[in-house]
Amino acid sequence: MVFVMTDTVRFTLDGREIEANADESILQAAQRHGVDIPHLCYKDGLRADGNCRACVVEIGGERALAPSCCRAPKEGMQVQAHSARAVAAQKMVLELLQSDMPAEAAHVDSELDDWASRMGIGAPRFPRRAQPAEDASHPAIAVNLAACIQCTRCLRACREVQVNDVIGYARRGAHAEIVFDFGDPMGTSSCVGCGECVAACPTGALISLSLEGEGQGEGARASHPLSPTLSPAHGGEGVKSVDSLCPYCGVGCQVTYRVRDNTIVGVDGRDGPANHGRLCVKGRYGYDYARHPQRLTQPLIRKPGVRKSVDNTLADFREASWEEALDFAADGLKRILQRDGKAALAGFGSAKGSNEEAYLFQKLVRTGFGSNNVDHCTRLCHASSVAALLEGIGSGAVSNPVADVQYADVIVVIGANPTVNHPVAATFMKNAVEGGATLIVMDPRETELSRHARHSLQFKADSDVALLNAIAHVIVAEGLVNARFIDERTEGYEAFRENVLAATPEAMAPVCGIDAETIRVVARTYAKAKAAMIFWGMGVSQHTHGTDNARCLIALALMTGQIGRPGTGLHPLRGQNNVQGASDAGLIPMMLPDYGRVADDVVRSRFEKLWGAALDPKPGLTVVEILDAAHRGEIRGMYILGENPAMSDPDLAHARAGLASLEHLVVQDIFLTETAALADVVLPASSFAEKTGSFTNTDRTVQIGRAAIAPPGAARQDLWILQELARRLGLDWNYAGPQDVFEEMRGAMSSIAGISWERLMREDAVTYPCKDAMDPGQPVIFTERFPTASGRGRFVPAQFRPADELPDADYPFVLITGRVLEHWHTGAMTRRSMVLDALEPEAHVDMHPQDLAALNCAAGDFVVMETRRGKVSAKARADAGLARGTLFMPFCYVEAAANLLTNPALDPFGKIPEFKYCAARVSQLL
Amino acid sequence: MPRRQVPPVSIPVLDAVRALIGEPPRRDLLIEYLHRLQDTHGCLTADHLAALAGAMKLSRAEVYEVATFYHHFDVVRAGETPPPPLTVRVCDSITCAMAGANELIAAISQSLGDGVRVQRVPCVGRCAAAPVAVVGQNPIEEADVHAVRWAIDAGATEAPLPEAAHRMADYRAAGGYRLYGDCVAGRRSAEDIIAALEQAKLRGLGGAGFPAGRKWRVVRDMPAPRLMAVNIDEGEPGTFKDRHYLEREPHRFLEGMLVAAWAVDIDRIYIYLRDEYAGLRALLAEELDALRAAFPQAPELELRRGAGAYVCGEESAMIESIEGKRGQPRLRPPYVAEVGLFGRPTLEHNMETLYWVREIVERGADWFAAQGRHGRKGLRAFSVSGRVVKPGVHLAPAGITLRELVNEFCEGMLPGHELYGYLPGGASGGILPARLADVPLDFDAPKEAPLGGTLQEHGCFIGSAAIIVLSQHDSARAVALNAMQFFAHESCGKCTPCRVGTAKAAELMAGEAWDTSLLQELAQTMQDASICGLGQAAPNPLLSVMRYFETEISPQRHRDTEESEK
Repeated sequence: MVFVMTDTVRFTLDGREIEANADESILQAAQRHGVDIPHLCYKDGLRADGNCRACVVEIGGERALAPSCCRAPKEGMQVQAHSARAVAAQKMVLELLQSDMPAEAAHVDSELDDWASRMGIGAPRFPRRAQPAEDASHPAIAVNLAACIQCTRCLRACREVQVNDVIGYARRGAHAEIVFDFGDPMGTSSCVGCGECVAACPTGALISLSLEGEGQGEGARASHPLSPTLSPAHGGEGVKSVDSLCPYCGVGCQVTYRVRDNTIVGVDGRDGPANHGRLCVKGRYGYDYARHPQRLTQPLIRKPGVRKSVDNTLADFREASWEEALDFAADGLKRILQRDGKAALAGFGSAKGSNEEAYLFQKLVRTGFGSNNVDHCTRLCHASSVAALLEGIGSGAVSNPVADVQYADVIVVIGANPTVNHPVAATFMKNAVEGGATLIVMDPRETELSRHARHSLQFKADSDVALLNAIAHVIVAEGLVNARFIDERTEGYEAFRENVLAATPEAMAPVCGIDAETIRVVARTYAKAKAAMIFWGMGVSQHTHGTDNARCLIALALMTGQIGRPGTGLHPLRGQNNVQGASDAGLIPMMLPDYGRVADDVVRSRFEKLWGAALDPKPGLTVVEILDAAHRGEIRGMYILGENPAMSDPDLAHARAGLASLEHLVVQDIFLTETAALADVVLPASSFAEKTGSFTNTDRTVQIGRAAIAPPGAARQDLWILQELARRLGLDWNYAGPQDVFEEMRGAMSSIAGISWERLMREDAVTYPCKDAMDPGQPVIFTERFPTASGRGRFVPAQFRPADELPDADYPFVLITGRVLEHWHTGAMTRRSMVLDALEPEAHVDMHPQDLAALNCAAGDFVVMETRRGKVSAKARADAGLARGTLFMPFCYVEAAANLLTNPALDPFGKIPEFKYCAARVSQLL
Repeated sequence: MPRRQVPPVSIPVLDAVRALIGEPPRRDLLIEYLHRLQDTHGCLTADHLAALAGAMKLSRAEVYEVATFYHHFDVVRAGETPPPPLTVRVCDSITCAMAGANELIAAISQSLGDGVRVQRVPCVGRCAAAPVAVVGQNPIEEADVHAVRWAIDAGATEAPLPEAAHRMADYRAAGGYRLYGDCVAGRRSAEDIIAALEQAKLRGLGGAGFPAGRKWRVVRDMPAPRLMAVNIDEGEPGTFKDRHYLEREPHRFLEGMLVAAWAVDIDRIYIYLRDEYAGLRALLAEELDALRAAFPQAPELELRRGAGAYVCGEESAMIESIEGKRGQPRLRPPYVAEVGLFGRPTLEHNMETLYWVREIVERGADWFAAQGRHGRKGLRAFSVSGRVVKPGVHLAPAGITLRELVNEFCEGMLPGHELYGYLPGGASGGILPARLADVPLDFDAPKEAPLGGTLQEHGCFIGSAAIIVLSQHDSARAVALNAMQFFAHESCGKCTPCRVGTAKAAELMAGEAWDTSLLQELAQTMQDASICGLGQAAPNPLLSVMRYFETEISPQRHRDTEESEK
C-alpha cells in the first residue's frame, strides 16, 4: 500500500503552482521556492506577529491584503505577492518606516535599508517623526530608538524566547515605544544583558558595542564604559567567523566568534543542541578577558626571599624563559617526589579546560607523580550529587538533557538558581512553563524563576531532607508510588518506605517551614505527572548532608518511576563548562576515566596496560583534604592548572595558608590569580578562545571548541605545557595535538567510543553514551536498566540532620554563598571583562529588607559579616526573596572574599564543603 | 546601585496592593486592578505598579505596557509630578468641535486653577448635547464655563445613576424575562430563535453587520466551553445609541444576552463597558446583581470596565483587553468565533444586536423585516447629531435616506443652516455631500434590491449609524482632519499602515496644501494593509474630501478660509 503524503498543500503564487508544508506560512513557502517577499517583523525562530505589514500579499477572494508571514496557504489558494496592489502596499510600508529613520543613520546591516533599496524606494516623501533620545546607559548595548520600527522582534526575543520579560511595548499609536521595565534606561532596568534583543533587531535600534583593539585597560574601565573606541559589533572588513563554544557554564552554548586582527569583536549564538542560538550576558559579552592587559605573557619565577601571599604581584616574580620555567617547575616536583615520596605531591586540574587537558592532567599525576592525589572543583560543586547518583543509579551524569523540559508536564527545580547560573537552560524551562508545564521551585531564597512557578516553596535553609522525606511520605501514604517500577527496576524500597513513615507533612512542616497542605499538593503533582523532571544545583549539594539531599531526590524519581523516559529523570545542573567531561576523564581521586574505581583491580590493570605504568590502588585525597594535608606538611608540592582554590575553597585563611606552606607550587593559568600569587613558578597558558578541544556539557553532549585567536606573547597551549612538564617528569609523551589525546581517550572510555575526533569536527556535538560510529548518541538513559551491578536503582534512606554549624546567640545569621549572573566562579575571567564587571562591579551581601532596617542600614551601606573563621565587609542589598535571618553572598569578589567566612566541614560521602550554610553575624560598618 | 538591581518594592506598599486586589490575583483582571489603584490614589505610581507586578507575578514591563496603553490611567514614574486631583475631560471630536469645544477648552483652561487638569478627549457618547465636558466622572451636557465651574464647586464629580431606567421589577412586571423563562423551560427551541433572527435578517449593529443568526450557529457548532463577550465600548465619534437604550431598558438587552447564551450554550459572559459610561456602570452593576439573584442558573456574568481606548471596540482588541492586555487587535484567521477569549470559541455581540432579540421573537421576524425602506429590512437606531433641530437617537427604518431622516425624525435643519454634507457612519464611515442625501442608509444593499444605490459605491458605510449633519458653516476638510487626528490618537500602534499612516496623514492634512496623490497612495495602503477596521477605515473621511469637497483643499480656498477665520 502506498501512503500519500497529505501534509502538504498546493497553492498558486504569482501564477506559479507551488507546494507548501502543512506548518509553513505563505512567506516561508515562498522563501523556500526562491520568491522574495519583503518582511521586517518576521524572523526565523520568533513567533510571527504580522505587525509590520511589509509582507502583505493579495489572496483571491479576500477584501484586504494579508500578511504572508502569518497566513497558512490553503489548497488551491490564489496568492499574488507581486501584483501592483500588493507591491504598492509593500513599498508604502517600507517608505513609511524609512521616513522615520534618523538622518545620521547609524543603522548597521539594516534589513529596512536592504529591503528599501531592493524595492527601489527613493527618498521618503513623509515628514520625519520627533525622535526619542539615545540611551547610552548600558555598557554593552546601545539603544537608539530613533531607528526603531516598532516591529517588536526585540520584545518577542526578550519575552517569548528568553522569557526575561524586561522589554515591553508601551503607549499607543505613533507614541508606541519599546520600553525596559517602566520605561527605564536599559542600564538601570532589570535587563539581564543577554543580547537576544540585539540579535533580533533588524534596524540597529539595539546594537552591541564592541571594544576595538587591545587598548582597554584599567583606565578605560574606570571611565564611562562607553568611552573606549567602540564600534558596532556586527561584521565588516576583515572579520572572520570561528564556530566554537561559550567558555562559561555547563549549559554548553555553541557560539560563533567574530574575529578581527586576532581579537574577538563579537559573539553570536549558534544553533547548538543546548542553546538554539540563545546566549546569556556572559556568553555574549564576556569574551574580552582574553585581551585583558593583565594576561600573563611570560613564564614567571618567584623572586628569592619573597614571602608568599595572595597579595603578591608581578613585582614579586621575575620573567623566565619557557625552558628555565619548565625545568624549574619539574625539578621542584621531582625533588619532593624523590625525597618525600608520591604522597607528598598532588594536582588540581580544572573543569574549565578541555577533556584532553583533563585527561592528560590526571594521567600526569597518576603516572608521573604516582598517586591518585588529583581532583578539581567538581569536589566543590556536585561531589555529593555524584556520590549519591553512583550509589543509587550507577552513573553520576544526568539522565535527561535540559531540553527534555519540553516533554515534561512537571518540572521541579530545587536548590538551583538557573536564571543566574544556567541562564540559557532557564530559558527553556520558562518556555516549557509558558507551554503549560507546571514548575515547582524549592529554595530557601525566592529567585527570579519562582515568578514562573505554580508552587514556590521557600523552605528553611538546611531542611532539604525533612521536606523531601515528607513529600516521599505523602507519595507512600496516598498510594501514589509506581509499584511496578519499584518492583521491576529498583531495590531497597522497603527500608526507604519505613524510613519515611514517620516523616508526615505535619511533623516535617515546622522543620522545613512549608505547610503540610502545600507539601501534599506538591507530592501529588510530582507523583501523578505523566512526566516529571527534577533539576538541582548546589543548594542541594553543598551541605554536609548533600549526599543525603541527593539520595532523597533519587528516591522520589525511583518511587514514582519518573526516570528513564523523555521529560523525566534527574538533572544535577553542572556548573563549569566541562565539569562533566573533566570528571568523565578521571580528574577525580577515586576514579579512573569512565568512573572505574582505582581500587578495582580489573579496572586498574586495564589502565596500567593502556598507559604502560603501575597505578596506585589507593584512592587519592580530595580538594579540601589536600589543602589540609598541605597545612599539615604532608603534601609538599602541587601542580595547579586553571584552578583558583585561594578563592574557591572554604575557610580561605586556612586554605591560603596551606597553599603558602607548600615547598613548591606550580600554577598554570592565564592571569596571576590569587592562587598563582602563591606560586613558585607560574606558567602562562591559553584562554578558552585560544585553543581547540572537546568539552562535555551538563547534557553529556561532547562538543568542539575551536581556537579563534592566538595566545598573547609567550603564553602557550595548555596541552603543550602539560606535555613538556610530563616529559621532564620522565614520561614519554608525544601527542601531536588534541585529536591524538582524544583518540586515546576513546580507546579507554567506552562511553565515547563512537565519537571520533573527525565526527566531532563534522557534527560539532554528539551526546554520549555513544557506542559506535552509527550510534546517534543517547540523550535519555536508564530506559531499561541502571548501570549498577544488579541493573536496579537503589533506594538509600536518609534522616534529617542539621548543618555542621548552626546559628547561635553570637552568630545569629545563616550565611549562604553563591554566584551572580555576571560573574563566573572566582571572577578571574569575568572581573576582567569590561562589560561584566561594569554590570556587577562590587562585592555585596543580600539580606532581607527588615534585617537591613534592623541594622539601621539602607541598601548601599557597607556592612561587616563575620564568622568564626573570618570577617569581610561589603555593600548591603535588600532582597525580599531571602528569609529573615539569612545572608547571601557571592564568592567572586576578592576584595570581600566570601570564602574567608565559609565552613570547611565536609559531607562524609562526597567530601564537599558546606558552602550553603554557616553561622554568621552582621553589623553596620562603623 | 548596580545596574540590574531595580529598587525593591517596599513591603507595606506590597501589602496594601495585595489587600486592594484580593487573593488570588487574576491575570485577566489587570486592568480592573489598575482602575482600583487609579481610583484610590488618583494616579499609578511606579511603586504601586511595581507592587502590583510583584503581587501578580508579572514583570514590570507587562504591567507598564498595559497601564500606558489606556488613556484613563495616569502613570507617574519616579520623579514625575502626579496630576491634579480633578480632571475635566472635554470632548473635541467632530460634533463637539462643531459646537465650539475648542473655544470651551481654551476658556476653561484659562479660568480653572492648578487643582484641575483640563484634558482633550475623544467622543464621550453624548453628541446630541454637544459640547460635552466630563468633570471627574460627571458628564456636563451642552457645557459652558459656568456649568463646569458649578460642578467643580459643588463637588459634583460622580456620574448620576440613569433615572429613567426600567429596573428588574418594572421590567418583569411588563412581561420581561418571559421569553428567557420559556427558553430555559424548553418551551422554545434554540433552533426557533435562531431561525427567527435569520428571517428577520438581524445583523450585528456594532458596525460590521454580520448576520446574527449565522453567528450563533457558527459558535454553537464550536467545541465547549464557549464564552460570550458583549461589546458596549461605544466609541465611534457620533455614536450614543447603546447608552441611550441602556439608560432606559437595560433588561431588554440583558434578556437578549441570556437568550443568546442559552441558545449557543455559553459558559460565561463578559460585558465590556466603556469607562466613559460611569453612570451606566453603576446601573448595570446593580441590575446584574438582580439578574444573578433572579436566575441563579444563568451563566456567570462579569462586567468589565474599559479604560479609554476606542480601538477596544474592535472585537479582537476587546478580547485582548478583557484578558487584561493591551487592546491590540488580533490577526484573523483564526476568527473570534473559533479562537476568542482565553483561546475559546466566543460569541461576540454589540449590545444593540442583543437588545432586539426579544422584540423580534415576540413580535415576529416578519414584523421586524417589514420595517425597512428602499428595499432594506429592519429598524436602525440612528445617533443623529450636528446641525439639525432635534438631534438624538431616532429609531427609523433601515434604508431611510439622510434627507428623510432629517425631515421626518429630526424636525429639519437648524435655522440658518443648510445641508452641506453628512457623515453616515461616524468618523470612519466617510463624508457625503448634500447632493448625495438620497442614498439609503444601510449596510451594503441586498443584491436583489439595489434601490437608490449604496453607501459603499460612494466610498462610505453606515457602521454604527452615527449620523453627523454638516451645514454651510462647517468644513468637510476640518472634519476629516479632526477624524484623522482622532484615529492617530486612537491607533493601537501595532501595524505600520495605521500607526505611521494615521500620524503622517494627519500631519500632511494639517498642512496648507494637500499632496493629494501621496495621500491617495497612503490611503490605499492603509485600507489594504492595516490589521483592523480602525486603520482600514481611517482614510475614509480623507478620501471623501478629495472626492466630494475638492474646493476645500485647493490652496486658494484654504487661504480664504484662513482669512475669514481671522
